[in-house]
Amino acid sequence: MSLERFISEAISPWMKREGAESDIVLSTRVRLARNLDQYPFPIIAPEESSYALFQYLQKEFQDQEYADKGKLEVIPVDDLSQNEKRVLVEKHLISPHLAEKSNYGAVVLSEDEAVSLMVNEEDHLRLQCLFPGLELREGLTFASYLDDWLEGKVTYAFDEKRGYLTSCPTNVGTGMRASVMMHLPALVMTQQLNRILPAVNQLGLVVRGIYGEGSEALGNLFQISNQMTLGKTEEDIVEELQGVVQQLIQHERAAREQILESSKVKLLDKVNRSYGLLSHSYVMESKEAAQLLSDVRLGIDLELIQGVSKNILSELMILTQPGMLQQYAGKGLTPDQRDERRAALIRERMQLEQGSSD
Amino acid sequence: MLCQECQKNSATLHFTKIVNGKKTETHLCDYCAKEKGDHVPGSNSYSIHELLSGLLNGEDFFSNQQTSRQMKKKSLHCPNCQMTYEKFTKLGRFGCSKCYQAFGERLDPILKRVHSGNTVHAGKIPKRVGSHLQAQREIEDLKKDMQRYIENEEFEKAAEVRDRLRSLQGNEVDKGEGS
Ligand SMILES: [Zn+2]
Ligand SMILES: [Zn+2]
Repeated sequence: MSLERFISEAISPWMKREGAESDIVLSTRVRLARNLDQYPFPIIAPEESSYALFQYLQKEFQDQEYADKGKLEVIPVDDLSQNEKRVLVEKHLISPHLAEKSNYGAVVLSEDEAVSLMVNEEDHLRLQCLFPGLELREGLTFASYLDDWLEGKVTYAFDEKRGYLTSCPTNVGTGMRASVMMHLPALVMTQQLNRILPAVNQLGLVVRGIYGEGSEALGNLFQISNQMTLGKTEEDIVEELQGVVQQLIQHERAAREQILESSKVKLLDKVNRSYGLLSHSYVMESKEAAQLLSDVRLGIDLELIQGVSKNILSELMILTQPGMLQQYAGKGLTPDQRDERRAALIRERMQLEQGSSD
Repeated sequence: MLCQECQKNSATLHFTKIVNGKKTETHLCDYCAKEKGDHVPGSNSYSIHELLSGLLNGEDFFSNQQTSRQMKKKSLHCPNCQMTYEKFTKLGRFGCSKCYQAFGERLDPILKRVHSGNTVHAGKIPKRVGSHLQAQREIEDLKKDMQRYIENEEFEKAAEVRDRLRSLQGNEVDKGEGS
């Protein structure tokens, strides 16, 4: 039943709401790493122990309701096909680690997919809360309530000196990783981002591309998150991140203005060419699709393109990932076949937009 | 404005961060920003694995009494999960929550590196497991408040705080004896 929906729909229900600063910030995520005090960490845990933890938590969560999020669904990773796992990773609902490396791993999902609780990941529990736009403060409050609710069910491994104890020393203390997904095409275009990123790093924040390997950021999508988790309060960590994100937003807006002023016709040409390519291509690699989608989204935000929904970037970025394409095709696809399917899917989607705009 | 790193080039990058009303500014030139970025934890080159193995072999923290420390390092292990300190530095992961106690202060240099010099938690305290600690923090805060009221000669307020402090401390003592 709902497993089918988690797998088949690219857009999670929570993404349909418009958040703050949504012309630049696509989503906010707050993640808390938690462990139970009586079990060894998953990395060295014997199978019996991982199984016992899985069973215990399944009992605690199955058919539970959480706040206004409705019923929670427990999905054991071993019940998923290889491709279904891939789709959940592409939707950011589970981590690659949980999909490939866990023993008796499971994910607990809320109906709107805004809450995802991973079991037997690198830590016993990884709570993840997702929000549209820039909602760091609200996100922290929400995650903290969820954390309190969980503490009513399990006994956390907590130490007065070191805080919440985690498998990796990079997470100890608050166990919190707050992150914001940003679309920064103008900073990339004007080559300002390369200069800005080191300064952001220096403030203790991490910036990485969301899609693609290494430092290459497909679709000009970047994730900004806190590096340190120990020695500061959750509120301070979130405020610092919020401050830097606000400044990045200002820089990006200024860069957009600057391009509009200095080369409006070129930009108009660029975004509309990209729109044309997306609407009329028959073969498209994911890298090209990402760049074109980023261009079109920029065009929408600057009102150079009318009648296309903003969601097109986040939606098609997920929808055209390999796992999603294969799920729609109902079979495995070679890279060449995927490029054809991707082009077809985008074409259809663009036609849908044109139809609805009249 | 000059770059705060090299004091030579003019700064082209400006960032401010404000925490609890305290403002910190960073001003760097392009060159230093790039240079810095390459060495900052969290940039792409960084991995916890390198960090820990670097620490194990590194002279930074174990330069003196290398041999005697090496001996100690070998025998250091977690009595609960049997994880040795050496294996921990290779894996970059603890085996269980008791490892933190077992490795004790040996973790300080590692934590300092990863968490900008911090070794002690300052964030959320879980309601159930941490109720004692929560009370402790409140007591510390109240003591500071009381001191401030006394210095300002606001004795009535100080007395109020003192009463709250007494009842809190009383509770803590009861709990301590009960458990
Ligand atoms: Zn400089
Ligand atoms: Zn241990």
